[in-house]
Amino acid sequence: MSASLVANVVLSGLLTGLVYGLMALGLSVIFGVVRVVNFAHGEMMTVAMYAAVLLFGAFKLDPMLAALPVAALFFVIGYALQAGLINPFITRPEHSQFILLVALATIITNVMLMVFGPDAHSVQTDYQLDSWAIGQIIVDKARVYAALSALAATAGLFAFFRFSRTGTAIRACADNHLGALIVGLDVKHLYALTFGLGAACVAVAGCMMTLLVEVSPSVGPSYTLLGFVIVIVGGLGSMPGALLGGVLIGVSEAMAGLFIDPSAKSMISFALLIVVLLFRPQGLLGRRT
Amino acid sequence: MTQSNRISRRQFNAAIAGLGAASALAPFGIARAASKLKVGVLLPRSSYEALIGQSCQLGADLAPGVLKSMLGVDIELMNADTESNVNTARTRAERLIHEGAHVLVGAFDSGQTAAIAQVAEQRGVPLVINIAAAPQITKQGYKYVFRNFPTAIDLVRNGLSLIGDLFHATGVEARTAVFMHVNDTFGQAMTGGIMKTLPHLKQLTFKIVDTIAYDPAAKDLSVEVSKAKAANADFLLLVCRLNDSIVLRREMVKQRWHPMGVVDPGSPGIYEEQFAKSLGKYANYVVDNPPWYNPKGALTGMVEEAFRKRNPGEKFVYHGLNAGYTFEAIMIAADAFRRAGSTDPKALADAIRATDIDKRVMLGGPIKFNAEGQVEGNKSACVQILDGVPKVVLPEYAAEAKPVFPWPEYKKA
Repeated sequence: MSASLVANVVLSGLLTGLVYGLMALGLSVIFGVVRVVNFAHGEMMTVAMYAAVLLFGAFKLDPMLAALPVAALFFVIGYALQAGLINPFITRPEHSQFILLVALATIITNVMLMVFGPDAHSVQTDYQLDSWAIGQIIVDKARVYAALSALAATAGLFAFFRFSRTGTAIRACADNHLGALIVGLDVKHLYALTFGLGAACVAVAGCMMTLLVEVSPSVGPSYTLLGFVIVIVGGLGSMPGALLGGVLIGVSEAMAGLFIDPSAKSMISFALLIVVLLFRPQGLLGRRT
Repeated sequence: MTQSNRISRRQFNAAIAGLGAASALAPFGIARAASKLKVGVLLPRSSYEALIGQSCQLGADLAPGVLKSMLGVDIELMNADTESNVNTARTRAERLIHEGAHVLVGAFDSGQTAAIAQVAEQRGVPLVINIAAAPQITKQGYKYVFRNFPTAIDLVRNGLSLIGDLFHATGVEARTAVFMHVNDTFGQAMTGGIMKTLPHLKQLTFKIVDTIAYDPAAKDLSVEVSKAKAANADFLLLVCRLNDSIVLRREMVKQRWHPMGVVDPGSPGIYEEQFAKSLGKYANYVVDNPPWYNPKGALTGMVEEAFRKRNPGEKFVYHGLNAGYTFEAIMIAADAFRRAGSTDPKALADAIRATDIDKRVMLGGPIKFNAEGQVEGNKSACVQILDGVPKVVLPEYAAEAKPVFPWPEYKKA
């Protein structure tokens, strides 16, 4: 087995992992603050993918540019969803939240089926199938762009939570819900804001994913599952954890495909999940609660 | 006078008895003398096989009109959706027979077809299978089950033989292949067939240097393609489905892997509209060897014309396989009905068994059933995507274009 083959596979796994991380970021942000697990995460991303495909079809808008208006729209939708639908469930048992979001996911999937049909849709940009060749190493352009977007989105979110007053207030809510209420923070508004931010993350991830894969209504659940695996490995609620989890899953799947068998890729990510749950249940970068 | 017009008790009783006898015998009398053949068409028109089921249905919908003008036979279609589900297929078959279907046609999927075959055999109603490749369906000793579609092993043999023909026609000698296949039931069955058949096909001199199985639902095949590329084989032998074939071809372009070509011995996906639509120019030159219609056949022209009129938004080339075999299944039933002059199930089954039709839509010899109810001699075609459209390049008598192999972009590793 040549070194260039291993290098190609590791690089591909790394870039794919960063895209996975971007996908899981929204899930992690929402859970970290609102403490609600978004079981409609993959389905929301699928809607964002369709939005990118529609914008490309109508205006030839590159998915990287489409990410901005789609993220803005998703922020509004996410805010409204949390304020109007999820907030009343915050204090209810977890199984109620679970059923609510699974119902939402089912509705989204079926509406997409009705609107777009079962066929797969995609965008075709000029650079989508391009790659750079550095010696024997082939670097996929679209994956690099998606990975850079993941890093930029994570950095942006990190800066927002660290340096802005609103971000600090949201972190205060996440740290101590009761304390936040006592000092007069509008917790419901901050939760809605967080859900909006998480949804915007999902939107960016969805737009970038259209550069890599086709979209059909049925892909949502697999992304939800993958998102869960990543945030559990990285640590639920941790933004760097989401990226780390994504990279770990991406690289380990790639290595398993190379050294064991391509069919064993998913098996390895679930094996990793079990190991993390056994030895570090809070995830690699998660905080023990 | 008045009295003479009245019906006596004896006359009334006789009339009632006569009516009773007439109505008791009526179903038989009417069925046997029926001028119309009721065909129960069972297809997976919803759920995960919906696209193909609906494609098959387009062929069924053509049949009454075309066969009326061809054979002078009236056909009434009784359509039923199997919902891509074995149990639903079974219950829908029962219901169609209960509602008076004289013959059943269907059902694209081997599992569903096997369930329908059991019902047909138990109820003594002929079933003409349009598409289903599992060999065991016609190995059960059934008397009412007939299949005009190659079995899985024939599919593999035909598909592999055409690879030899492709090399011969283009004067290319490919010595090595890397074999990639989906790891689902279909992929495993095809792989088994290929490994069993390949050593016996002496005209094929290439060696498989690496075998890579992958998940058909995979959204990323970069590792698989890296491995395949590293095998440095002359060409890629591929058993795929639609979505993965698109992902795989994209990944080949990204990784700048330019083998002599991609050749599929006959799985679905590559010849479907979505493949060319999604890949644009990168779909070109990929080869698939599925069972196919004869684009130069006289009957094909007639059917294609009817298809165009009925479905102006659709292209026959993307439905030819499914619609063609479904049309032929109904044609077999109609032809048997014409010869039997009856809808009696046994007479129909006997007539189907004696079928001898040489004017066909699909490639292959005449439609004749062997003792097992299987048509032998259905052929595959070497279909290559050229200018974004699947075209028959082999066999020569049906060819619409010359094969291009190796690809223009081929770079020797």
